[in-house]
Amino acid sequence: MSAAVEETSMGIDNRKLGMWVFLGSEFMFFGAFITAYLLYLNTTAGGPTGEIFDIVYTSISSFVLLMSSLTMVLAHNAHVHGDMRRMRLWILATALQGLVFVGGQAYEFTKFVNEGLVPTGSPFASAFFVLTGFHGIHVTVGIILLLGLWSYTHTGKVKSDQPLKTEIIGLYWHFVDIIWVIIFVVVYLIPWG
Amino acid sequence: MADTATEATTDVAVTHDDHHPSAREYVQIAGALFGLTAMEFSTYFIEFGPLHIPLLLVLMGIKFMLVAGFFMHLKFDTRVFRQLMITGLVGAMTLYLAATLALHEFPAGAGLG
Repeated sequence: MSAAVEETSMGIDNRKLGMWVFLGSEFMFFGAFITAYLLYLNTTAGGPTGEIFDIVYTSISSFVLLMSSLTMVLAHNAHVHGDMRRMRLWILATALQGLVFVGGQAYEFTKFVNEGLVPTGSPFASAFFVLTGFHGIHVTVGIILLLGLWSYTHTGKVKSDQPLKTEIIGLYWHFVDIIWVIIFVVVYLIPWG
Repeated sequence: MADTATEATTDVAVTHDDHHPSAREYVQIAGALFGLTAMEFSTYFIEFGPLHIPLLLVLMGIKFMLVAGFFMHLKFDTRVFRQLMITGLVGAMTLYLAATLALHEFPAGAGLG
């Protein structure tokens, strides 16, 4: 039996409000890591600097993640219209793009470590790996949520008249995308030196 | 009781403005995001002088607003969600300013050091 939908005194669904409160706190969470990264930009301890970043490669990753937001919103759109077949397809497409992004990040991290940029090498390296690593963990959690949602549509735990469940997971996914929009510019593109 | 049972199985949000973008509009927004990302990417090869960092920040801001406004439905949802996001952003900015002011460590490119 499904739990009853509880609304706040403002007429807002509790689950959606809860997700937004969580996302608000997540902005501060990532704000702390971005702050640390900017503070430690010049503390490379003689190790590699941001010059080893591969901008072409990261731009392609950024594009993939940005397009995953499109497929996510199309999944929600299909769910709103009760088209569960299409909704499942878009959800899988979103999860797949997330996997491509995380796989790309794992490859990038391996490449950096081979070039001497290791997490314990300098405050700069630590700040970089913590910031981008936590983002990667968030993407991974998003993929798990998407695959869970996909499987729940098969078992009947998510029905065609419950698009809010897709919307709430979509909010998380778009948040992860928005954080990367910031990281891509602040970490990779702005020539701070 | 019947109403409660209906509420238990459906979750159509009551706080929505009924107008949500269509699939075609979502694709158009994604196209704009693609164009903005291409412009950001081009700054790696083209030097814009003193406008370089402000340009990147403006492009980032537009992308941020497009995703938050349309994909996260903040443009159509209740104002409370927007306020929650702004609260988080203000908290993050305050933390950054407090830390940089306390440590007098501004990134070199910001021209404040």
